[in-house]
Amino acid sequence: MSKLLSIFGSRRTWAWPYVLFMLCFVILPLILIAFYAFTDAAGAFTIQNFVSFFSKSEAVNTFIYSIAIALITTIICILIGYPAAYIMAMQSFRTPQVMAILFILPMWINFLLRTIATVELFHMFGLPLGEGALIFGLVYDFLPFMIYPIYNTLQKLDTNLIEAAQDLGASQRKVFTKIIIPLSMPGVYSGIIMVFMPTVSTFAISELLTHNKITLFGSLIQRSFSEGGITMWNYGAALSLILLVIIGLTSFLGQNDHENHEGGLV
Amino acid sequence: MTKSQFIIEVNHVSKKFEDGKYALDDVSLQVKKGEFVTILGPSGCGKTTLLRCIAGFQVATSGDILLNGEDVTKMPPHQRDVNTVFQKYALFPHLNVYDNVAFGLQLKKRPKAEIEKRVKRALKMVSMSDYEYRDVDSLSGGQQQRVAIARAIINEPEVLLLDEPLAALDLKMRKDMQMELREMHKKLGITFIYVTHDQEEALTLSDRVVVMRDGKIQQIGTPTDIYNEPQNCFVADFIGESNLLDATMIKDRLVHFCEQDFECVDEGFGEKQEVDVVIRPEDIYLGRIKPEMVGTEDDPWQLHGTVQSCIFKGVHYEMTVLTDNGYELLLQDYHAFEPSTYVGMLVKPEDIQVMKKERLYNVFDGEILEGNKVLFLDEEWEISESVAQRYEVGQKVEVRVNFDKVNLQDDEEDGVLSGEVYFILYKGDHYHIQVRTDDGDDLYVDTNDIWDDGDRVGVKIAPSSIRIVNAKSN
Repeated sequence: MSKLLSIFGSRRTWAWPYVLFMLCFVILPLILIAFYAFTDAAGAFTIQNFVSFFSKSEAVNTFIYSIAIALITTIICILIGYPAAYIMAMQSFRTPQVMAILFILPMWINFLLRTIATVELFHMFGLPLGEGALIFGLVYDFLPFMIYPIYNTLQKLDTNLIEAAQDLGASQRKVFTKIIIPLSMPGVYSGIIMVFMPTVSTFAISELLTHNKITLFGSLIQRSFSEGGITMWNYGAALSLILLVIIGLTSFLGQNDHENHEGGLV
Repeated sequence: MTKSQFIIEVNHVSKKFEDGKYALDDVSLQVKKGEFVTILGPSGCGKTTLLRCIAGFQVATSGDILLNGEDVTKMPPHQRDVNTVFQKYALFPHLNVYDNVAFGLQLKKRPKAEIEKRVKRALKMVSMSDYEYRDVDSLSGGQQQRVAIARAIINEPEVLLLDEPLAALDLKMRKDMQMELREMHKKLGITFIYVTHDQEEALTLSDRVVVMRDGKIQQIGTPTDIYNEPQNCFVADFIGESNLLDATMIKDRLVHFCEQDFECVDEGFGEKQEVDVVIRPEDIYLGRIKPEMVGTEDDPWQLHGTVQSCIFKGVHYEMTVLTDNGYELLLQDYHAFEPSTYVGMLVKPEDIQVMKKERLYNVFDGEILEGNKVLFLDEEWEISESVAQRYEVGQKVEVRVNFDKVNLQDDEEDGVLSGEVYFILYKGDHYHIQVRTDDGDDLYVDTNDIWDDGDRVGVKIAPSSIRIVNAKSN
C-alpha cells in the first residue's frame, strides 16, 4: 500500500502521461517528417526533395515572399503594439484592464471566423482583396500576441529604475530611450517570436484574404499533402523541415541573446 | 539678496495624498552645507515622502523647497543638483557596473576619457575597482549598494539623498557600511540627507537628527540632544530605552513622581504643573539594602523595590524593578541583581528630563443634541440630564474627557465608536494609549489593560465622565 502511495505521490509518476503525449504527438511526427523528407515514394534514402525545392525558382521565391510578408507583419505589429502596450502599462492610464480586454477580445473568437468576417468587411467597403488585405488580416489577427508580452514586461518594470534615471539627469525622452526601451526588449522578442513564427507558416488566412491569388509557403506545404497525392508527401515533408529549421534558428537566436532578462510570455 | 547660508531649506511643506491624508504636515527644515542630517521615524511617518519631495519625485501640496537659495519646489528631478541612493539600489539591470556608474556623466555628454577617469575614481571610493565589467545581477546586496552609491556621487551633487540605503543588508555589513558612509561624507564634503527607521544608525551617523511622526517633525537636534533631552514622550520612547512617568512639577527644580519628590534641574514649567519625566535606564543607580534599613539615616536611596527580572545584554544587565509604591522601572547596571533582591535606587537631578505634557485630557469640539446627548467625534454620546439642561440644543461646546475615563472594549460593536490602538506608552504603573478612530481622530486613554498595536477596539465613555465646558457662543 505504502509503495503504491509512493509511486502515485511522486512527481515523476505524474509526468509520465505528458512524456507519453509528447512522444506520440511531438517526437514521433518530427521523426516521420524527417523520414519522409529524406526518402522517395518507395522509401529509399534521397536528398532529391531538397534539390527539387532549391532548383525550382518559383518555390524559393514563395519561400522568400512568405518570410517578407511575415517580417512586414511583425514590424507593423511592433509599431502599433508597442505604443499600445506602453499606454496600457503607464499607471496614469485609469483603466488599463479595459483596454487590455479590448485588445484581447478578438482572440476569444476563432481566427478563421475572424478572417472570414474580414473578407466580408472588405467586400462591404468595396476594397480589393490581395496583398494589402493579407497584411491587414495578419496584423489584425496577431497584434494581441505582440501587445501582450510587451505590456507584461513594461508593467513589471521597476519604477525605481525610472526614478533613478531621472535622478541622474535623464529627461523624459532619455528615460524612454535609455531605460524603458532596452528593458522592454525581452517582451518585444517574445512578441516577435509569437507573431513571426505563425505568420511564416500561415496558409488559411492568405487563401481567404487573397482569393488564392497569392501563394504563401504554408499553402505550398498544405497543397503538397492535400492535392499532390501520396507522391508529394516527401516533398511536403522536406518543405516543412526547411521551415522548421528557419523558425528554430530565429527563436534560438532571440533566446540566446536575452536569456538573462525577465521575459514576457515565452 | 545674499545667498542663503543653508543648502536646503524646507519651508512649511505639506503633502496631501489623494485619500485626504497628510504625509507631511507643515514640515520646516534647514540644512547647512556639508551637514549629515538623518531623518528618523517609524514607517509611515513621512520621512521618505520628505526625501522624495527634496529629490523631486513628489511635489509638495503647499510650502516650498529651496536648494542653494533657488526655489526648486516644482522643478523636475533631472534638473536638480541632488542625487539619490535608493533603498533597493535601483541599478539598471541591462547595464554593467561601469555603465551604471557612468550613466549620469554619459547623459551630460562628457568626453570619454573624463568619464573613465571619474568612474574609476568613484568605484575606488566605494572599494569596487575590480568589478567594472561585472553584471550587476551577479553582485551581492552590499556590492550593489556600493555601486549605487558610486553612481550617485559621480555627478558630484551638492546634496546626496539616501533612502534607507542599508536596510536590506545584514547587521555586520550594515555596521561596516555605516562607518564607510561616515568616512565618505568626510572625504566628499557634500551634504548628506539620510532616511532611516533605525535609531541607532541615526545616532551613530549624523550631525543632526530629525525625528518625525505622523508627517510632523517631533524634534530636531544633535544625537546627544535627542537622546538626553527628548522633547516629548514619543521621542523619548522611540530613541533608546526609557522610563516614562507621569509627574507633577511642584516648583522650579523640584518634581514629584513615584509618590516622591525629586530634585531636578528643570525650570520654567510653573508650579503644580502636570508633566512627563523620562529617565534613561542607565541613569538609575541601584544597590542592595535590607528592608529594615529603609528610612533610617543609613539609607542613601530615594526609591526602594524588588527586582523582578534580570537579563544579560552583553555589556550590561537589564533589570526591571517593582518599587514599593507600585511602579515598574527599567534599569541597567554592570552588576547583576537577581530577581527578588531588595534594592534601593537613586537618580541624579541632571538625569531627570522633564517634558511638558502635550495634553492633560482629551478635548473635542461638540454640539448639544436633543435628548441629553452631545455630538462629538461624529457620534452621539449620552450625558447626564443635569448637565444637558444647562445648555441649549444646537449649542457648540467643548467636550473634555479624562484619559482614565475612556473605556476600551474588546468587541468594537460594544463601543459607541470604533478604532485601532495606534501607539502605546508604558508609564510605570499604567499604559497611555493613543486610539485612532476610523475617521482618523485621536483619543488618548490611560488603562491598566494590556493592548497591542493595531488591536481593534470599541470606545465607551460613561455619561458622568463627559465634561462639558467653555460653552462657545454660536
